[in-house]
Amino acid sequence: MARVTGGWSGTESELVAALRNRDDDAFRHLVEQYHGPLLRLALGYVPSRAVAEEVVQDTFLAVFRGIDAFEGRSSLKTWIYRILLNIARTRGVREQRSIPFASVARVEPGEERAVDPDRFQTEHDRWPQHWTSFPFAWEHLPEERLLAAETIDVIRAALDRLPAAQREVLVLRDVLGVSSPEICNALAISETNQRVLLHRARAKLRAALEAHFATESVA
Amino acid sequence: MTADLPCQELVELVTDYLDGALAPELVARIDAHLVDCPGCHSFLDQMRATLRLLGRLPADEVEQMPAAMRAALLEAYRST
Ligand SMILES: [Zn+2]
Repeated sequence: MARVTGGWSGTESELVAALRNRDDDAFRHLVEQYHGPLLRLALGYVPSRAVAEEVVQDTFLAVFRGIDAFEGRSSLKTWIYRILLNIARTRGVREQRSIPFASVARVEPGEERAVDPDRFQTEHDRWPQHWTSFPFAWEHLPEERLLAAETIDVIRAALDRLPAAQREVLVLRDVLGVSSPEICNALAISETNQRVLLHRARAKLRAALEAHFATESVA
Repeated sequence: MTADLPCQELVELVTDYLDGALAPELVARIDAHLVDCPGCHSFLDQMRATLRLLGRLPADEVEQMPAAMRAALLEAYRST
């Protein structure tokens, strides 16, 4: 059985049992472990922080009510994220920030390129489909530049511009560190779809960072 | 040379490559391309750097739950 990290020393099934028994340590663990990640996920769906806090609160209440019926077919984490997503999507539709559940977790049709096609040579050039000019090499910048407050702002803005399905997968996987099988389970999508969404999202984040650092270096 | 796998196709494979989801034969072609192509090498490193930056996001957003919310939740927890 998987061990649970972050202040809870027992297994996941012991945590579930403790939550059913209304154990105080289990409550503390749940609240401290999940409040931040749930808030970050919720912020992608609703227009304000206040509404996101309400979504998180409703999620915890649903967890308390539902824990007796939790069957352990998915991990506790996946189950909790799924509850949050359902509440956040419903709320997001009402606040006109999001799209209905059924249309979220699928890959949008149409070609979406990881890199602007203009960055590559055409069939008339010497090396078709090879870079016309290499990406600006921001990966070699010093760590303090990479982690500057402006970089974080660029990342947040780029996250906000992502389509809901791409943002969801990216936040779960790359920000919250949820495993790929757990994401497929929580969102009911295939591994392939998940990777397509993830790739498109990561490519946009990379492009936003390149644009930011390239401009900053010229200025 | 890199003609057998153009840069424009390689950049679409990077997430699969990082996830270990590609056939060994394709991985070998990508590795061979990366040796010769500074642009794609840079692109791959930038995708890795992007993941690293994303993974550090929560650290500066660790926030305490508001005390009133925590108290309300604890009460609900004990009484449901
Ligand atoms: Zn290349």
